[in-house]
Amino acid sequence: MILLSSPHIHGGNSIRKVMFSVILSLIPATLFSVYLFGWLSFLIIVSCMGAALVSEWGCLRLMKRPIAPMFDGSAALTGLLIALTLPALTPWWMTILAAMFAIILSKQIYGGLGYNPFNPALSARVILLISFPLQMTSWITPMSVDHLLNLYDFSIASQLFFFGVQSLNTSLDAITMATPLGHVKTALSQGISVPDALAHYPYHWLDAFIGNEGGSIGESSALALLLGGLFLLGKGVIRWQIPCSFLITVALLSLISSLIAPNQFAPPLFHLMAGGLMLCAFFMATDPVSSPVTHKGQLIFGIGCGLITWSIRNFGGYPEGAMFAVMLMNCAVPLIDHYTRPRVYGRAAS
Amino acid sequence: MLKSLRSLFQPKVTGIYPEKHKLTATAAIAEAPLSSHYILPLKQHIGEICTPLVRVGDRVLKGQKIAKSQGYLSAAIHAPTSGIITKIGEHAITHPSGLSMESIFIEADGNDQWDTTLATLQDWKQLEPSILRERVRLSGIAGLGGAVFPTFIKLLQDKNHPIESVILNGAECEPYLTNDHRLMVEHSEEIVLGLQMILHMVKANTAIIAIEDNKPDAIACFQRIITAQELHHIEVKSLPSSYPQGSEKQLIEFLTKKQVPAGKLPLHIGLICQNVGTTKAIHDAILWGKPLIERVVTVSGDAMPNPGNMRVRLGTPIDQLLAWHGLENMDGCHLIHGGPMMGERLGHAHAPVVKATNAVLAFLPQTMMAAHKEESPCIRCGDCSQVCPASLTPNLLADLCRQDQFEKVADYHLFDCIECGCCSYVCPSHIPLVHYFRYGKGQLATIKREKAFADESRQRSSAKEARIQREKEAKEAAAAKRKQARAATAPVTPPTQPTEGQS
Ligand code: SF4
Ligand code: SF4
Repeated sequence: MILLSSPHIHGGNSIRKVMFSVILSLIPATLFSVYLFGWLSFLIIVSCMGAALVSEWGCLRLMKRPIAPMFDGSAALTGLLIALTLPALTPWWMTILAAMFAIILSKQIYGGLGYNPFNPALSARVILLISFPLQMTSWITPMSVDHLLNLYDFSIASQLFFFGVQSLNTSLDAITMATPLGHVKTALSQGISVPDALAHYPYHWLDAFIGNEGGSIGESSALALLLGGLFLLGKGVIRWQIPCSFLITVALLSLISSLIAPNQFAPPLFHLMAGGLMLCAFFMATDPVSSPVTHKGQLIFGIGCGLITWSIRNFGGYPEGAMFAVMLMNCAVPLIDHYTRPRVYGRAAS
Repeated sequence: MLKSLRSLFQPKVTGIYPEKHKLTATAAIAEAPLSSHYILPLKQHIGEICTPLVRVGDRVLKGQKIAKSQGYLSAAIHAPTSGIITKIGEHAITHPSGLSMESIFIEADGNDQWDTTLATLQDWKQLEPSILRERVRLSGIAGLGGAVFPTFIKLLQDKNHPIESVILNGAECEPYLTNDHRLMVEHSEEIVLGLQMILHMVKANTAIIAIEDNKPDAIACFQRIITAQELHHIEVKSLPSSYPQGSEKQLIEFLTKKQVPAGKLPLHIGLICQNVGTTKAIHDAILWGKPLIERVVTVSGDAMPNPGNMRVRLGTPIDQLLAWHGLENMDGCHLIHGGPMMGERLGHAHAPVVKATNAVLAFLPQTMMAAHKEESPCIRCGDCSQVCPASLTPNLLADLCRQDQFEKVADYHLFDCIECGCCSYVCPSHIPLVHYFRYGKGQLATIKREKAFADESRQRSSAKEARIQREKEAKEAAAAKRKQARAATAPVTPPTQPTEGQS
């Protein structure tokens, strides 16, 4: 006889549903990346997702575990997420390396889904940034800004993807541009004030809201990411605590600092639209596995992320700090969880 | 989508909104035919087991006391019909692991002849509360909402804690269940009278009738009576139809914004809750001199051919009850005793209906399989903490239970878990959280017992070495036992074959 413990009905939620909702919510950003970078985006996404799935399968086989988790959507999501954080010029082998890092080193080594202290996509991206700083900071000019190379042409895109810039007889400098964050950072180091730097950026930085800027393929359009984020909020897959506290902290800090010293600090809207903040706030920081469980904890987590992001952007060596911020806060999660346990019914606060 | 957007701005929304499946909400309560025999387990309540007052071969009348309570915390048992005692012995009861219990078997004689020794107390308003309470005790009434705590104890007055208000619990939050709902619609007058009797017994001034907003007909019934009889001290309150709205502590919190302190009872904050079925039983016992020999049972579930509500005598074999509802062949369906959220799975239908039987449900194998999927790792989504009405952190607790860290588990207030099942219900990883909590609670109780035993032996033994040796052994044995117990109760493989479930 089988012992089956109550309850005998279930709400019907599943890991697969959660993962596929997130994948679904990334569709606007994915489509926009294809609009910006043509076939190049397509190739990066496909190779990342494929490599992630193959790595997952390989790990499960090696560990002699059932391969069912391969289809729960988490590996596919990791692949997609990491693709969206890569620059369009990432060569093919690096996309595969990134996906393997994510799945093998940041997920399966810890015991698989649920045990990873960091978001796999995020930590793989950070490893790449540290290991290949040049490739990870060369930003190709989007199609909507400059039509130097026709990336909508599959053969050009695949040549770039597989054989690099040299094979097309152009130089890296000719087809790349700085990200808004990088641009401002360099300008500041040359003694140019923020308003001047923004005035000399090739296009209005508010375009970043729509997404016409250099950057990682999926980070460009704050609008597309916001749409996806709202979808997830509406479906209850993520809660408002982390993204809101994250974004509001960044906005408030940059508002105050830009009011005090407008020449050194960029205004809040610039910070909100630029770089990987939106992607991190809605899709990386909210990864349930590596974020706090309680609402209070999530608020603290989000505020911490915002604080660190703003600090790195303004005082650190890297122009973008959102990814580092989330990873740093991931380390604090066990502590946060411990100190934010809810007050149990009928008991005094502990 | 709108609902979830709204919930974004309410920081704490506990409980869940499961699909209600109230198939039998409009099915009037049917009278059960007389069964050929009845089986009455000697313990149908929380507390001490009863002692039989009859012997094999005795002839008993309907309503005659056949087993008396032993000790204080107990509730007597009465014959559901007139007939002959054919056997006193072990019989299967409604327990998931198929336990059996000493039971009294009655062969019905078909006359259904009442024992009239219990007088009716028509003048209850003039009687001392203690007399009414004694009647409730003699009538064997225990909480019919499912907790089956002997009711007379709840009605005692405590000088230090005067009862201000009585809450009539009409929140039937478990899906499928409609027995209380039908009772409220069909017997609202008696229930209101019973409520007044309770008020009289505990000397409380006000009462709240709490009903969820998905039972507007029941709310209307009570409102009509209260207006017509000008009962200004009784108030009908409509509740959101969430689960577990009917759980005593949650109900109290919703109605009064007060929480019952941990380890205390509602009476410590001047309240008592009574279930509507219990209140009707109190009315019957006092006004009509009828002991508790029957109750309303919802017979439902997606595998039930003719679902319905039925007034069933205690002791009716469940297979008989199912047959009356068209379910003769139980192969290939899963039976649940109680509601789907907190009820227990029945391995077979030989057990009888008891005081706690609010429902018998039959589910198709695929329904059960969908609910009991294989567990995946916890993804720390926090959904379980979000819905937990006790504000626990189920994922953490389950981890600790799994790792046998029982000292810590108590720290995390495992015993405050009411086993409502909300956490398991929402878990995307299908983790049988409640199962782990039951395991943890059981192990903690064992550890306590063993510790008490060890302490005792330590005192007796003076030789230091002997003591050390004994402790070591006890520890090892405990560890081995824990390991064993865990292996034995280890989670639940999902049902694979429909027929495999019948043992
Ligand atoms: S609901 Fe399940 S998966 Fe989510 S935190 Fe709780 S136990 Fe983990
Ligand atoms: S932990 Fe206990 S009280 Fe909380 S939801 Fe789970 S079963 Fe209910």
